[in-house]
Amino acid sequence: MTETSSYEQPMEAGFGDYVALLKPRVMSLVVFTALAGLLVAPVGVHPIVGFASILFIALGAGASGALNMWWDADIDQVMRRTQSRPVPAGRVTADEALAVGVALSGIAVVMLGLAANFFSAALLAFTIFFYAVVYSMWLKRATPQNIVIGGAAGAFPPMIGWAVVTGGVSIESVLMFALIFMWTPPHFWALALFMKEDYSRAGVPMLTVTHGRRVTRNHILGYTIALAPVAVGLGFTSIGGPVYLAAAVVLNAIFLIGAVRIWQRDEGAAETDRYAVEKRFFRYSLLYLFLHFSALLVEAGLKTVELGGW
Amino acid sequence: MAIKVEHEIHQRRFGRNLGVGLLLVAFAVLVFGLTIAKVSGGGKIEAFDHTYRPALVPAEGAQ
Repeated sequence: MTETSSYEQPMEAGFGDYVALLKPRVMSLVVFTALAGLLVAPVGVHPIVGFASILFIALGAGASGALNMWWDADIDQVMRRTQSRPVPAGRVTADEALAVGVALSGIAVVMLGLAANFFSAALLAFTIFFYAVVYSMWLKRATPQNIVIGGAAGAFPPMIGWAVVTGGVSIESVLMFALIFMWTPPHFWALALFMKEDYSRAGVPMLTVTHGRRVTRNHILGYTIALAPVAVGLGFTSIGGPVYLAAAVVLNAIFLIGAVRIWQRDEGAAETDRYAVEKRFFRYSLLYLFLHFSALLVEAGLKTVELGGW
Repeated sequence: MAIKVEHEIHQRRFGRNLGVGLLLVAFAVLVFGLTIAKVSGGGKIEAFDHTYRPALVPAEGAQ
């Protein structure tokens, strides 16, 4: 039996393990927001060009996910949430993750440049750089503001989608960026409030670990208040309209109420109901972002039948 | 005991090879589709093999 067992020792990776390297769940959010950015833009692109662009934006996002898994393999091994990722589980080596990440980054950027334009390709390249180098390598382990600045990486996709069509930047695409950028801190800090041991064990300086949970609650409220004018303000641009504005007002009111409730609680209250309020706020934050971009898509759809917009 | 030729690891490898193969085919199809989209999209493309480009032919009665 020794022969066969020595054969089985290095768990060989299946195709799915390489797909998992690309963080498919993050990718789905990237696809959605990039698609929204592309569809709300004032002019259209050929459907195949649009499809290819979204595909390569998603591929670029996946590549940066693989680079992140290469760099963070040591952290991922310690945190329960990430232990089963291919690299810490030993199915894919860290070097392989690096190779996949670098190769796919190159393919994604060059192909987006050829399919759409080189401005959007440059934005994609910068996004990959920002996530893999600025966030993963420089900020994540260095400062509790890691996710605030790192959130920029997740905020670029709608801007890239917009650039695919228009070849440039505008107030609308900057505000779409700002919407995700301001949304990221309350979203992740709510998660950090109820995933506490994980981050402290891995030595990642989350705000909850470095400045305490009271400060984190204050920050969640602060960022949620700052987020509201951005989200509502987007409604007054050329891609907004009555439907979006109404949705934004309601969604932000609910989000603010949730943030105030988190702010009012202390740890004792949170322990007794096992962070029910924080968990609900986290789940709602996902819906919040999804519905904002859906409302923008509704406005774009209404415009095609001469409704919607201002 | 029969010799088992098909080990689990072979299935895994086959799955990987199949996946990469299908991806390559899909990529080729996509590039072909992009070519069709770009060519029929009315970009500035001139293809006048074995003949003069109309732009080079002096207009009639120009001299």
